[in-house]
Amino acid sequence: MAAGGADKFSVLLPTYNERENLPLVVWLLARTFRESGNNFEIIIIDDGSPDGTQEIAEQLEKIYGSDKILLRPRARKLGLGTAYIHGMKHATGNFIVIMDADLSHHPKFIPEFIRKQKEGNFDIVSGTRYKGNGGVYGWDLKRKLISRGANFLTQVLLRPGASDLTGSFRLYRKEVLQKLMEKCVSKGYVFQMEMIVRARQLGYTIGEVPISFVDRVYGESKLGGNEIVSFLKGLLTLFATT
Amino acid sequence: PVVVGRGGVGARRGSVRLLRPLSPQAAMTKLGQWLCGLVLLGSAWAALALAPPGLRLPPPCRQALLPLPVYLLVAFGCYSLATVGYRLATFNDCEEAAAELQEHISAARADLSRRGLRF
Repeated sequence: MAAGGADKFSVLLPTYNERENLPLVVWLLARTFRESGNNFEIIIIDDGSPDGTQEIAEQLEKIYGSDKILLRPRARKLGLGTAYIHGMKHATGNFIVIMDADLSHHPKFIPEFIRKQKEGNFDIVSGTRYKGNGGVYGWDLKRKLISRGANFLTQVLLRPGASDLTGSFRLYRKEVLQKLMEKCVSKGYVFQMEMIVRARQLGYTIGEVPISFVDRVYGESKLGGNEIVSFLKGLLTLFATT
Repeated sequence: PVVVGRGGVGARRGSVRLLRPLSPQAAMTKLGQWLCGLVLLGSAWAALALAPPGLRLPPPCRQALLPLPVYLLVAFGCYSLATVGYRLATFNDCEEAAAELQEHISAARADLSRRGLRF
């Protein structure tokens, strides 16, 4: 419990070139939390974006207040894992929400994560695109096939106990995320997978909530041959070491 | 929504429900588990397949047993194709979510402009 006895939710938003999307995500987050009555803060970790993301973040800080919007930028692109570690140092909540800042994840699911967490006293609540009425928008057949194929391979090899391992829309207890960050070493998609796998090893409980993933509204998506190769390498590493 | 819980080595909380009994499996890597399984099944199959004439199973059993590994591989291949195909076909398309997002974006832009944000 955070000070005062009520739960507080810290949302970590690592950003790189999200000048278009950042204000919209922050607006949606603020509105969602206000409507659900939860105490929150948003920590924006910008990796020196050249498109002026930091400047628009400063405007948002003035609008919403520096108790709600915390700017913790870094000088250059340093990767997601270190962004989470950096962000958590400044988080005063007892729960951490991680999500994408490009509007592919909609904040409206956060109250459902919170409800699910209370329901089962879960250490982690993971958004899943593959179960219930979860799903995606804006993916062609090829992309969907790769996604389902990769997920099937992951389920067979790792038997992780969660249906969506590469998803990055999750709620963690703060101390759980801190513990996992110490143990995880991978990068990219595999990093998200490793978190769930390590969580299982450490005996943490994982709940799931179906979410909809709306592919990039502005900007370009990235799933090339390189991504697939590094995913397979990472998967095999996890298979052999966990 | 689906509920998934896991207990494991070092489970800390009284509220954790153990869905799998604690076992040596918990400490072995996935690769280790597969190798163990393959060695166990493989040696059982080899013992039965390579048994000397005195200790063999009756002919119908042997006939089914010998190609079993290949059968299982093919069966797994079919299962994989069917499963991935099914999941691909039933992959939800979130049309409404996309439409709703567009509305939210408009509302957000309007409200933020009112509050003084210079896009």
